[in-house]
Amino acid sequence: MKLAYWMYAGPAHIGTLRVASSFKNVHAIMHAPLGDDYFNVMRSMLERERDFTPVTASIVDRHVLARGSQEKVVGNITRKDREERPDLIVLTPTCTSSILQEDLQNFVNRASVTSDSDVILADVNHYRVNELQAADRTLEQVVRYYLDKARRQETLDRSVTDKPSANIIGIFTLGFHNQHDCRELKRLLQDLDIEINQVIPEGGSVQDLRNLPKAWFNLVPYREVGLMTAIYLEKIFGMPYVSTTPMGVVDTAECIRQIQRHVNKLALVSLDRTFNYESYIDQQTKFVSQAAWFSRSIDCQNLTGKKAVVFGDATHAASMTKILAREMGIRVSCAGTYCKHDAEWFKEQVQGFCDEILITDDHTEVGDMIARVEPSAIFGTQMERHIGKRLDIPCGVISSPVHIQNFPLGYRPFLGYEGTNQIADLVYNSFTLGMEDHLLEIFGGHDTKEVITKSLSTDTDLTWNYESQLELNKIPGFVRGKIKRNTEKFARQNGIADITVEVMYAAKEALNA
Amino acid sequence: MSINISETLTFECETGNYHTFCPISCVAWLYQKIEDSFFLVVGTKTCGYFLQNALGVMIFAEPRYAMAELEEGDISAQLNDYQELKRLCLQIKKDRNPSVIIWIGTCTTEIIKMDLEGMAPKLETEIGIPIVVARANGLDYAFTQGEDTVLAAMAHRCPERSLLGDEREETIQDQAMRNLFPLLPLRKGGVNPGPINNLKKHPPLVLFGSLPSTVASQLSLELRRQSIQVSGRLPAQRYTDLPSLGDGVYVCGVNPFLSRTATTLMRRRKCKLIGAPFPIGPDGTRAWIEKICSVFGIETQGLEEREQQMWETLRDYLDLVCGKSVFFMGDNLLEVSLARFLIRCGMIVYEIGIPYLDKRYQAAELLLLQNTCKEMCVPMPRIVEKPDNYNQIQRMRELQPDLAITGMAHANPLEARGINTKWSVEFTFAQIHGFTNARDVLELVTRPLRRNNSLEDLGWTSLIKGEKK
Repeated sequence: MKLAYWMYAGPAHIGTLRVASSFKNVHAIMHAPLGDDYFNVMRSMLERERDFTPVTASIVDRHVLARGSQEKVVGNITRKDREERPDLIVLTPTCTSSILQEDLQNFVNRASVTSDSDVILADVNHYRVNELQAADRTLEQVVRYYLDKARRQETLDRSVTDKPSANIIGIFTLGFHNQHDCRELKRLLQDLDIEINQVIPEGGSVQDLRNLPKAWFNLVPYREVGLMTAIYLEKIFGMPYVSTTPMGVVDTAECIRQIQRHVNKLALVSLDRTFNYESYIDQQTKFVSQAAWFSRSIDCQNLTGKKAVVFGDATHAASMTKILAREMGIRVSCAGTYCKHDAEWFKEQVQGFCDEILITDDHTEVGDMIARVEPSAIFGTQMERHIGKRLDIPCGVISSPVHIQNFPLGYRPFLGYEGTNQIADLVYNSFTLGMEDHLLEIFGGHDTKEVITKSLSTDTDLTWNYESQLELNKIPGFVRGKIKRNTEKFARQNGIADITVEVMYAAKEALNA
Repeated sequence: MSINISETLTFECETGNYHTFCPISCVAWLYQKIEDSFFLVVGTKTCGYFLQNALGVMIFAEPRYAMAELEEGDISAQLNDYQELKRLCLQIKKDRNPSVIIWIGTCTTEIIKMDLEGMAPKLETEIGIPIVVARANGLDYAFTQGEDTVLAAMAHRCPERSLLGDEREETIQDQAMRNLFPLLPLRKGGVNPGPINNLKKHPPLVLFGSLPSTVASQLSLELRRQSIQVSGRLPAQRYTDLPSLGDGVYVCGVNPFLSRTATTLMRRRKCKLIGAPFPIGPDGTRAWIEKICSVFGIETQGLEEREQQMWETLRDYLDLVCGKSVFFMGDNLLEVSLARFLIRCGMIVYEIGIPYLDKRYQAAELLLLQNTCKEMCVPMPRIVEKPDNYNQIQRMRELQPDLAITGMAHANPLEARGINTKWSVEFTFAQIHGFTNARDVLELVTRPLRRNNSLEDLGWTSLIKGEKK
């Protein structure tokens, strides 16, 4: 037993349902007690989904417990088959119902006899894997199922497309900025003249999965979900894959170079030519993305050596650590991930870019570490944002678990060249808030305890002399107004009509006292 | 227009393929209500993720509830449950030192037959903190019934009523009232003698069901106007202030989902249950007070005027809802009471979906519903227990109600199909009881209608691409 207040990754069935409901025309049946089907709420509320979530709970209650659930589960599968005519029905238990150890595979076999849809049982151990691992596993299972089927039916076309093409694997519902990342990746591949063969699972059709091997290579942007599928496709079909996350200027370039290597292997044979993306990388890096310029700019210079803490899923935390350390000269005091199953990879990635590494799924450990390190900024999950609030440290959110704030209506990718801009903004805004605090402290600008005048424009009897006005103008714009108001308040309280530099500093002292 | 008015209510039962929240969600409001408590939910990751995510109750600051997360070793009985729970409870005692720890049993503890009730008394004496066990599992209960399981368990812990106890409680009540309403004349104040001061001698009355404290005080105040004194509440603000129960104590529920608590109070604690409609809406509140008064043989004073006066203040909202239709998909078991109030407001209710209906505990409410329909000349709504969401959506397509009161999973998809929705959970958390809060119910009900009035001319009613089939 574990005393738990919060968890970074959800239970396994959530991962399975995320994959199943991302595909088009796939229905999931949950074998679960009442109330376990809150996935529907998450999808409809967080993602503001317009369609009914294609998940139905086949409720386990006292009756079912006493009589076994075969009749009910099989009945619900055949009913959904009739009502929704899905291509595929995925059956999954939850942590709770998996203890019943009912022969769900048998139910599936029975139901498939009478259903037009394909029916499979998600093959996941609910006590050993978390949401992300289960999603990775389920995606692989679905892909394998359809490719095996195509091989059996001998409908598998092993030829590849004429032009270079790619599958993007691992974009799915309730993912952290997944939709925007996907748009950005499509644009990137388009710029490189690479066709998109398929994007799975989001918006993909299981009937098309048999055409996956037509692509020249697979792109796996997030290693949490999709890697198993890519490895499977490599093993069986010899399809190469790129799993370098194109996040940050350096890794995006690295990702493109890997793509180039894979594309050229095939292009040399089938098109009798090779591609060179170097000029594209150079153009994007220097002039299209503003991130490289930002790194060079005076703003970013001020961030040099500032301490930061990074925490999140393996993909985002590793990429973010590298961006901060390598591209912005920020000192990452601690980098960590809750993906304990991917600890080795993570350590290898961030080695040399941070002072220490923390692998844990216990948020109190993360909180204690942050309190000890006292960074100037945190880049983490919603949990770290809240830890930051309590410690008064600004935090930029860079990773799941998702929150409704991670589904902005506007375009906010984290990957590709537009992603580099977004990240630079995020970093800069996180730190400047910290800097603003610092300046406010210097000039005693913390929020006025009482309102001095009703109007914001202080059109008053007070006069600022030349020197004091000059002094006021030296103060950075974003705190100037506050300093002015505080000084005038002080002057008013002390019956001073002419504001001099001395009065300004007296005001500052008075406020600090 | 011919409306077929059926004389009797019809009850149906569908497949039970519906969405509602897990009953452990009661933790979210009960831990705030019982200030010195700690809730320990003994369950799996699935339970924990639900509390954290779907309900949006995020455990950030100083939580007074936690999960005892069952791991593989616990499920396969490799670990000793007692030792494990002891370790966790000692930790809680050290960190929080609550007056009571409430173990919330879940589906998992039911399935693995973990003997929480057996372990609690032993552990209680060992660590020196009372442990109450409630089985708020989804195998037997839906959403708000979680509160029912907790209150039923707590009813066993209330002290036995002694004749000496009475005096003390009344003074505590007075003190509490004085704190809340410093201007209110109390018995001994004598500043402004009125009906409130002449409290009649009547048997002790305990109200059960959790309410926000302001709402609880409002209801007490309404009863005081009829010279009735509330001697205690279940749950009390603090575990240590639980009311005395026993033979001769009258109990009355404020929430429609507390049938188990009612049974426990009657059978195990020998209390007398006052079966009344629930104090939701001016009509329900009046009926509730009237019933209590009639049991105590007290003649009501100015109650009708009070109700009338409340309806007057609702006038602006009534104009908006009158003649509009509403469809309850069924979620929190408040459906019958809300439907009855909305019918009284002039709305037409097509269907009352409800997870579970205890026809005995809700008898008075059902009768009031029936009478209300007759008086308002509207057809009786169909009452569907254990509804089937898929079928309901098909029915809604045909009926095109002006408003659907629905669980969170269906709100956005229905809105995208041009059907106005209101989350049923909002009624669970909002202050809806008593005369004064009737306005809040209508505020919630009319919000989608008002919002859509302002968007009306934009032509954004259907925001989906060609529906399948």
